[in-house]
Amino acid sequence: MEAVKKEPVLFEGYVIMPYKYSVGSLASKFFIKLRDSKVLSGAKCPKCQMVNFPPRSVCPKCFSKVEELVELSGKGKLETFTVVHYESAVQALKPPYAIGVIKLDGADTAITHFIGGVDFKDIKPGMKLEPVFKAKRDANILDIEYFQPA
Amino acid sequence: MAGRVGIVAASMTKFEAAKPYQHLMDLVVEVTDKVVEAAGINLKDDVEAVISCSQDHWDGRTISSMPIPDAVCSHLKDESKVAGDGAYAVLYGAMHILSGDNKLVLVVSHCEESITDGTMIENWSIDHIFHRMLGLDYTMGAAMQAKRYMDKYKLTPEQFAKVVVKNKGNARKNQYAQEAMDLTIEQVLKSKMLADPITELQKKPVSDGACAMILANEEVAKKLTPHPVWITGVGNYYEAHNPGDRDLVECAALIKAAQKAYKMAGIGNPAKDIDLVELSEYYAPQELLWTEGLGLCGRGEGGKLIDSGKTQLKGELPVNPSGGLLSGIPVTVAGMTRVAEAVWQLQGIAGEHQVQGARRAIAHGCGGLCGQMHCVLVLEKGGK
Repeated sequence: MEAVKKEPVLFEGYVIMPYKYSVGSLASKFFIKLRDSKVLSGAKCPKCQMVNFPPRSVCPKCFSKVEELVELSGKGKLETFTVVHYESAVQALKPPYAIGVIKLDGADTAITHFIGGVDFKDIKPGMKLEPVFKAKRDANILDIEYFQPA
Repeated sequence: MAGRVGIVAASMTKFEAAKPYQHLMDLVVEVTDKVVEAAGINLKDDVEAVISCSQDHWDGRTISSMPIPDAVCSHLKDESKVAGDGAYAVLYGAMHILSGDNKLVLVVSHCEESITDGTMIENWSIDHIFHRMLGLDYTMGAAMQAKRYMDKYKLTPEQFAKVVVKNKGNARKNQYAQEAMDLTIEQVLKSKMLADPITELQKKPVSDGACAMILANEEVAKKLTPHPVWITGVGNYYEAHNPGDRDLVECAALIKAAQKAYKMAGIGNPAKDIDLVELSEYYAPQELLWTEGLGLCGRGEGGKLIDSGKTQLKGELPVNPSGGLLSGIPVTVAGMTRVAEAVWQLQGIAGEHQVQGARRAIAHGCGGLCGQMHCVLVLEKGGK
């Protein structure tokens, strides 16, 4: 063991796997509306009327199949947040930046996304927010650049 | 529960920031040898089934059946894997026994966190359609949960820091602990800020190691040891994955898991009826929130509980006398070490951090973003 502790032999390895994830029919409609019209929409359950956002095709409350999208204003309220100070290989932004849970008006569930256009010290739970969209959009969640004070 | 499941013996490696001199199979062999010796059994002849616990991304290979069967001697035996927290391996081991199918089961968990980048693995566990691209990981999740906790119940960063001072302090008495430290609240708060309010010392360090346990039915357990520890209650609940689908301060799955386990074990008032708790605090604020979820204090009183000193090693209700996860335990192994520590406490062999006269303990495993899943086990010595 002592000899091994002095000079352990290590092999390097990498996992680089390509994927093409299907987002499903409901989320496809959502992302196309987001890309083409800068509109955010939720999924409305036909049975319990719950609006889940970001939209998923099964109601998380009553587990009914959901096929209808309803347009939301995009405005919402901050539930909680943090300011990130460390870097990692998978982060989309360079720290420091704020990320939080935002519940949109008319939705019963919330999305996690970036908070921008505001000093970190002025970010408070409960504050009203609105989305800022990217100029060039690719039909993914980063088409929303961040949420800013409304 | 139909019949009783006894834990005969448990074992661990020393936990270290890196073990570059050990193949993961070496870790499993080490804890398997130790637990088989402690139980006084023959690995090949006596162990009927093996449940291992690991996570493929952490190990960098997609099948545990490659290195594990040799290490645990499970050729032509009943073997399966739990890809989650080690507390679940104990739970499934207990189910094997309760099914009547097996009399004696080995459970083992292993992980070398040091070999890769954990943030990437956490990010891979996040919903890949709406949230993964943000770069979200468990530290951000825990920080948002802690902020919500502070917002709703007015907890303070100082109260979170006290958990670190306590747990890394308790670790000084634990021979298996990785990070034993004599800290002040100020040192914890002044360590590098990761994600407000969580500083570096409030996050579980990167760790390598393994844990194992022998479970048996009542008859076999009594034959093997004069000090079997009985699993008298179990609760296991999941909730929604997305942080925005739940109120992060509610820890609803933990509350349900605890209530179910207590009902099964006949516990009316956990704060009084329990002698010690080993819980899974990957981040310091979680210990306070989890003590609430476990019903050890009222809602919003986790801060008051740590302030009261009750959860200190010499307090009325020690929480993480071993030093907890903050002293350095890898994921997947985490929950199983909570059970193993509780077992040693009830067998009276915990060592310098022994809680005198301990008869009943709670072990808690959890996993997922912001504690999505919780498994609570009530463990007792002696018989009803």
